[in-house]
Amino acid sequence: MDKQAEGENGMIDFLYFFINPALLKSTLVLSTPILFACLAGLFSERAGIVDIGLEGKLLLAAFGSAAFAAYTGNAWLGMFMGVFVSILFSMLHGFSAITLHGNQLISGVAVNFLAVGLTGFLGKAWFHQGGNTPALSGNSRFTAIDLPFAESIGKIPFIGAFYEDVLSGNAIWVYVALLCVPLTAFIVYKTRFGLRLLAVGEEPSAVDTAGISVPKLRYKALLISGILVGLGGVYLSNGMLAGFGPKMSAERGYMALAALIFAKWRPWQSLWSCMLFGYFAAFAIRYGSYDFPVIGRVPSQFMDALPYILTIIVLGGFIGKAIAPKAVGEPYSKEH
Amino acid sequence: MKLKASLLGAVALSTMATMAFADPALIYDMGGKFDKSFNEGAYTGAEAYKEASDGDYRDFEISEEAQREQAVRRFAEEGNNPIIATGFAYSSILDAVSQEFPDLTFVTIDGWVEQPNVLNVGFKEDQGSYLMGIFAAMASKSGTIGFVGGMDIPLIQKFACGYVQGAKSVNPDIKVIQNMTGTTASAWNDPAKGAELTKAEIDQGADVIFHVAGGTGVGVLQAAADAGVLGIGVDSNQNGLHPGSVLTSMLKRADIAVEKAMTEAAAGTLEAGVWSLGLEDGGVDYAMDDNNKDLVTPEMIAAVDAAKAAIIAGEVEVHDYMSDNACPVM
Repeated sequence: MDKQAEGENGMIDFLYFFINPALLKSTLVLSTPILFACLAGLFSERAGIVDIGLEGKLLLAAFGSAAFAAYTGNAWLGMFMGVFVSILFSMLHGFSAITLHGNQLISGVAVNFLAVGLTGFLGKAWFHQGGNTPALSGNSRFTAIDLPFAESIGKIPFIGAFYEDVLSGNAIWVYVALLCVPLTAFIVYKTRFGLRLLAVGEEPSAVDTAGISVPKLRYKALLISGILVGLGGVYLSNGMLAGFGPKMSAERGYMALAALIFAKWRPWQSLWSCMLFGYFAAFAIRYGSYDFPVIGRVPSQFMDALPYILTIIVLGGFIGKAIAPKAVGEPYSKEH
Repeated sequence: MKLKASLLGAVALSTMATMAFADPALIYDMGGKFDKSFNEGAYTGAEAYKEASDGDYRDFEISEEAQREQAVRRFAEEGNNPIIATGFAYSSILDAVSQEFPDLTFVTIDGWVEQPNVLNVGFKEDQGSYLMGIFAAMASKSGTIGFVGGMDIPLIQKFACGYVQGAKSVNPDIKVIQNMTGTTASAWNDPAKGAELTKAEIDQGADVIFHVAGGTGVGVLQAAADAGVLGIGVDSNQNGLHPGSVLTSMLKRADIAVEKAMTEAAAGTLEAGVWSLGLEDGGVDYAMDDNNKDLVTPEMIAAVDAAKAAIIAGEVEVHDYMSDNACPVM
């Protein structure tokens, strides 16, 4: 083998190290719950409601869906219960933030506390397994789906391999999450509802003057947000895994908020920022015990902290400017 | 007058109440009484004591961190003796409270407190993990096995070190892939990350994976079962979580520790100090039941029992990571 070919092989090995099907698939899996929560946050924050309670709603929906799926033996019924629970707490947050003009951060934090307490308490009381639900299997579990023609398309180099080894073979919620991105972009930028939503997050008084109900719009935004983050929770306990465990959301809701800031509150950018965060997590998992040449072992703490470091850099204005919707966090009342 | 009398009565009652509670008390760690794991083991031990001795005990399940100290203090104020707490997280609290109540005996299971009235109950996890290493190395067809730890602390390194020693005793060339889930408490409760770590180890060739990761381990065993490889459970018998996919489990018999402590306390012979329960007294062991009987071959049982006998007889010395914070085989 001559030197040039050797160099090329080295280059390919090097690239393969950073971009290989197993790593990319892990990225997709790990970013899906964050993506759902991030899009949920986009709807509520674009409407002017800060939603720090995403973390809690992820956990509640994960518990609701796993518990109900275990109880009924039907994954779909579990899904509806998970989303229902998430919507319920979204509305609770809305009632406090919109109708009662309460502090949105406080009611969001309350949702998070309630989530940890309620899921822990009910889980222990119902299933007697230290807060875990029984492992889901058979009809009570969402299993991986093979996309059509995966095997034949898989023969095409690169794109086909990507289709077969990365995209195909995931639970249905991964595809739903990916489809939610263009859907969100369409709703927010192209529909009447979406444009009003953007307006109500920037200048609610103008929307009010135009004769449109600000509370109604914000409640609708929270409803959509509840559905989306609920699906994220469903995926977490049924799809990604097969059962609920205490505190299994493991700060993914907060990471979604960081991704939302990183994406500057825009739908397509949300997809990329969630994928990037997922990639960091997957990389840390794959290469946590790997000795790199020159630098040695990369501490997994560093990889875990990377998304937050990046968010701070963005917030600091180093990569363009992240400007939040103007009216976010402010309760709206006509008297002002 | 009447009010005064009833007040006096109440005072008398409450003093009586404090006197009456010399029963032992048991405080569980997060996870609660019925966690199908360590805490449930402690509960089983307490129930066994109750059955055998005709005595009684009191217990409490905490639901948040702040309740740890309150629970210990309340039982101490009410005079319960001994007060047993499961889990290393009680160490600093027992250290403080035991000094305030020098007449009571406190027992920490898995923790470490250097006070004259505290009994430290530990387990020789290195010995139990050594047996798991033998099981894994013999069951592995690829010559590569895996380990997923929870939080990166010396105790978990102790498991890992024993596991590698056991595996290498069977096959000196075996490759052991090791990962820790994280460095914060959430590393015990992240089954999603546990599952991904497991998939990564399987991709690298591992076909038997031992988890020591609490709630994270649920994801490890699930991912192993889904991929058609074998998992190994920990603390309690987890063979039934995925029948036919869990090779065995390393048991930490909290029940033996609790029953022994309560029985000795009733007899008045319980003393502070250190108990280190190993293979010899059944404190650590492996789990066999209907769920794994087809996975474990007679050769494995023979090899493991031989190693067990050799360790008990002192012919095989398993290195304890925590004795010098180093592992000779890693």
